[in-house]
Amino acid sequence: MTSISAPVEAPPARPARTPRNVGRLRVDRKGWLFVGPFLAVFALVFLAPIVYAVWLSLFREQVFFGGTEFVGLDNYAAVLGDAKFWESFFRVLLFLVVQVPVMLGLALVAALAIDSARLHAAGFFRIVVFLPYAVPAVVAALMWGFIYGDTFGLAADLNELLGRKAVEPLSGDWILLSIGNIVTWEFVGYNMLILYSALKVIPNDLYEAAAIDGAGTFRTILSVKLPAIRGAVMIATIFSIIGSFQLFNEPNILRSLAPNAINTFYTPNMYAYNLSFGGQQYNYSATVAIVMGVITAIIAYVVQLRGSRKGA
Amino acid sequence: MSPTRRSRQVAIVLATALATALSACSSGGDGGTAPGGATGTQDAVDAALREGGEITYWSWTPSAKAQVEAFQQEFPNVKINYVNAGTGNDHYTKLQNAIKAGSGAPDVAQIEYQALPQFALTGSLVDLGQYGFNDFQDDYTPSTWNSVKVGGGLFGLPQDSGPMALFYNKELFDKHAIAVPKTWAEYVDAARKLHAADPTKYITADTGDAGFATSMIWQAGGKPFTTDGKSVKIDLQDEGAKKWTSTWDQLVEEKLVSTIPGWSDAWYKALADGTIATLALGAWTPGVLESSVKGGAGKWAVAPLPTYDGGTPVTAENGGGGQSVLKQSSKPALAAGFVRWLNNGNGIKPFLESGGFPATKADLDSAAFKDKASPYFGGQQINQVLTAAAGQVVPGWSYLPYQLYANSIFGDTVGKSYAAGTSLDPGLADWQKALVDYGNQQGFTVNG
Repeated sequence: MTSISAPVEAPPARPARTPRNVGRLRVDRKGWLFVGPFLAVFALVFLAPIVYAVWLSLFREQVFFGGTEFVGLDNYAAVLGDAKFWESFFRVLLFLVVQVPVMLGLALVAALAIDSARLHAAGFFRIVVFLPYAVPAVVAALMWGFIYGDTFGLAADLNELLGRKAVEPLSGDWILLSIGNIVTWEFVGYNMLILYSALKVIPNDLYEAAAIDGAGTFRTILSVKLPAIRGAVMIATIFSIIGSFQLFNEPNILRSLAPNAINTFYTPNMYAYNLSFGGQQYNYSATVAIVMGVITAIIAYVVQLRGSRKGA
Repeated sequence: MSPTRRSRQVAIVLATALATALSACSSGGDGGTAPGGATGTQDAVDAALREGGEITYWSWTPSAKAQVEAFQQEFPNVKINYVNAGTGNDHYTKLQNAIKAGSGAPDVAQIEYQALPQFALTGSLVDLGQYGFNDFQDDYTPSTWNSVKVGGGLFGLPQDSGPMALFYNKELFDKHAIAVPKTWAEYVDAARKLHAADPTKYITADTGDAGFATSMIWQAGGKPFTTDGKSVKIDLQDEGAKKWTSTWDQLVEEKLVSTIPGWSDAWYKALADGTIATLALGAWTPGVLESSVKGGAGKWAVAPLPTYDGGTPVTAENGGGGQSVLKQSSKPALAAGFVRWLNNGNGIKPFLESGGFPATKADLDSAAFKDKASPYFGGQQINQVLTAAAGQVVPGWSYLPYQLYANSIFGDTVGKSYAAGTSLDPGLADWQKALVDYGNQQGFTVNG
């Protein structure tokens, strides 16, 4: 707010404190009229849910005997010492460390290929690679679930062809990989578009200068294109980190096909969901959500900090 | 009006609201511990039906729509808003959310026997004893009546029942010259024989299902859950449970059961093409096979559930449920009237027509029902087997007061044993531990 009202006050020369100045302050109050609607919506849809979640996290309600008691930070202590929570957290962390680089690498290659102007029907490829993003995550997970099925799915056909159980995408050992594959399929196109649009705004003179200096295709990519899209890569990375920590749809849908490979606390989000709707532990669920939100914010911030420092 | 007076009025309104909320909470708490149960007469219900009104009904049963239409024809002054809020857990999640929110719940809801204690003990349901419905006790099989009684109160009327039987693919059994098993030991032998003869075929599919496991423990004579007010006892390693695992472990460890998850598309397909040879499930299974496994027509047959000693036939209930009136209802007497019509009146006819398996003795005993030949089952009079099973249910079973939660974490614990192909006993012990912890957190005193 201060940054908005400050320039209004700034331009005129500042006289000493006069009654006129006080009057100007009163005029400023009219500004509330203009920011009011925004503030109301902002408070209702952003602040209120967060405040409510924090409020919830400070209590413990017993659904059966109707008792609600204030427990302070007990829920937080419980989450931090909850082996299930940390198991789910480290699972998505592993997912992030493996899946995000693969996905962004593929997206980068796709973006550079489409940008290279050597590809025939670049527009067609762009649309097709982007298309999976338009498929709702639930539908995508269902579709891949059919493909993964080792009784009747594509996996079954493959195993039959090879004459042994070579692929078991829905078994406990494979399932994280299988989910990673779905998420990569879904989001390569989206990230490609972010990177491609960044490539599009690189000024032509840079390319000209590179050509005059005798830079080849790969040299141009390394010295011109990649440094120019660093910001976009940063954004894509942060989106992907948040997306990984919020992993929910894909494992939740696949659970009906792989009930013993995916448990109720497979990801932090699934844990919070099942605490709430399976166990009616709303307070503890809110605490899990808040802790996870804070961890996500910290990691995203650290990554951003490191990214911008390198750029400087 | 002076400001102070106004604020005092506001304070009174707030205090009243708070008191109402608190009393709602406390009545919720006492619901399960109150001894005895309400008594009364059906006069209020009859009056409410004459007066009419509008109520909402949530159900996913296949007969619900036809029943609502028939009811409205009989009682034109009553309007029923029928809503299918989802199947199983989806339905319960919505119901719990509406109850938690304090508004938006239906007047009448379908609630399965295993879920009923949870809703009854949280004080969400009306004790139908106050409308004199306890008089209906003799109309129902003992096991279903026992299932709607919680802590002395009557929290619904039974609609269907699911005495277990063995549904088997007769064509496949004949092809491999396998006799229909009468004991569980024979069942395990049949599993070995079938899988050896054709490695793509399995005696059954089981990836771990809480409903199935509890029913099997029930049949084996186990009583793992006992509730007395706030005190709960859990013993998933009692004699019955061990009896079941000692049989079932052989199937799991020797990988003789298919790992196709139940109720998935692959499961239905496997039931049609013989990949899965038998189902030990409730008496509602024929309806499922007829509607979703059309390719199995003419192949399937029904036999009594195998037993452990081959002696007196015993079985357990699997699934089934009834209709309950919610505390949130503004017209509980009218809602109770609808429930009475559904499960103790003319509503039973459309229910039977849509393939339902009743809980009422008169309908189970009627010759027309018993002797009906089923075309899907190759003309077998399946209800002869199924109605006999209804009278052979082991008495004295009860579910946990938080069975829905228990079922939701079955895969986290026992599922591990299934996935690893090892004995189910450590899995059951894990399940028990998780259930003890949860119960104690929720204010029960749980031993286990």
